[in-house]
Amino acid sequence: MMTNPVGKITQGQFSFLPELTDAEISLQVEYGLRRGYAWSVEYTDDPHPRNTYWEMFGMPMFDLRDAAGVMLELHNCRKTFPQHYIRLVAFDATRGVESIAMSFIVHRPAREPGFGLIRQEGPGRALRYTVHGYGTDRPEGERSGG
Amino acid sequence: MGTPLYSIPGSAPGTALPASPEADPSAVAAAEAGAARAPLRTVSEVLAVSHADAVIDELDRDVVGLASVKARIRDIAALLVIDKLRMTLGLQAQAPSLHMSFTGNPGTGKTTVALRMAEILFRLGYVRKGHLVAVTRDDLVGQYIGHTAPKTKEVLKRAMGGVLFIDEAYYLYRPENERDYGQEAIEILLQVMENQRDDLVVVLAGYKDRMQAFFRSNPGMSSRIAHHLDFPDYAPVDLLRIADKLLERQNYRFAADARTAFEEYLQHRIRQPHFANARSVRNALDRARLRQASRLFAERERAFTAEELTTIEAGDIRASRVFQAGAVRPKS
Repeated sequence: MMTNPVGKITQGQFSFLPELTDAEISLQVEYGLRRGYAWSVEYTDDPHPRNTYWEMFGMPMFDLRDAAGVMLELHNCRKTFPQHYIRLVAFDATRGVESIAMSFIVHRPAREPGFGLIRQEGPGRALRYTVHGYGTDRPEGERSGG
Repeated sequence: MGTPLYSIPGSAPGTALPASPEADPSAVAAAEAGAARAPLRTVSEVLAVSHADAVIDELDRDVVGLASVKARIRDIAALLVIDKLRMTLGLQAQAPSLHMSFTGNPGTGKTTVALRMAEILFRLGYVRKGHLVAVTRDDLVGQYIGHTAPKTKEVLKRAMGGVLFIDEAYYLYRPENERDYGQEAIEILLQVMENQRDDLVVVLAGYKDRMQAFFRSNPGMSSRIAHHLDFPDYAPVDLLRIADKLLERQNYRFAADARTAFEEYLQHRIRQPHFANARSVRNALDRARLRQASRLFAERERAFTAEELTTIEAGDIRASRVFQAGAVRPKS
């Protein structure tokens, strides 16, 4: 990953910044709650950029007033899935459609294997490109470490 | 990556989280000014920054009777202010346990006082948002295996930053049914009450004798509750003052003989079953308003004065079933 010298996956907001501390995460959550967003915690062990639907950790949290509830759920998720990617997603219900207003990664596995570029020969001299996560070579549930 | 070259505003340790937008703007501005100022040293400084005494005075003014409860709340507020001062001097590291139990008969003002308590705790900075989430057994306990924990946790998450008010808390524990899921809710509740006491304050409310039985069978719950407040029944004088206040709020008033009639009504009503203090007063007044309305409704052609439209006559009160001899039918 030549364009990503820190060797970590960059998806969603704040992903080029150093890891957010818990205090900073709860400030972001507070911001979302003030704007009336519903937060939810999602996790995955397949962080392919096209994998938009991560697994939900519990239900989305509606009617919250304080970030402590979201942080509680996040700590539970970290404890359950220490070697997965975990992100927080803010859902904006005011627009009446499935609209994600904020999304950022809050937890990563200790080692992130990253992606390899795969070239497929096509008709003529055409080349098709795709990315493949090294971590997904093993079956789901055995991918600890990425 | 090395240490970041930027800083997110408010992320420095020890800075208070931003208060909710619906909070009283003057209080928020004062709290922010207080955070920037030197550490608080005197009681009046803490009160000036928090405006907590305004809420206590309001409680004194608006809530009729309940002298013992008001005194306890003053004591608790004083303790919290002193704890604040101790904390600034490093004499106290941990936030005090603030969970409470409100015991008393129905209609004695438990929910009203809980709302004010949430406001006081918010002003003094012991809860971050100051909202009140009122729940009963149905909101906490599920119907199937595995249904209770998520339900309880959802309620707890909603209440974080504020006060969780559990009405008729003794229904959570049903000793006669050993497969009842209430015990599960109690266990989750206990865990959060212990580990996240700076995130939320739990208030358990209910009848006195049943709450005492509940605490006897759940000693863990009892030991985690710092303040037990007992709400006495209202004296007839207080009930009459409550009636005056309720009418005034709705732009009604008693005619001179109607007030005496209502006093008599209360004497009868208190002796009947299912008397619910202030709530019964409110219901009686609602029915008196109905009778007043139909009395006026009968006079189709008359133009009423404001006086006539706001006055409740003695007849409106005396038409109540409570006055009929031998009337024992309970009315709430």
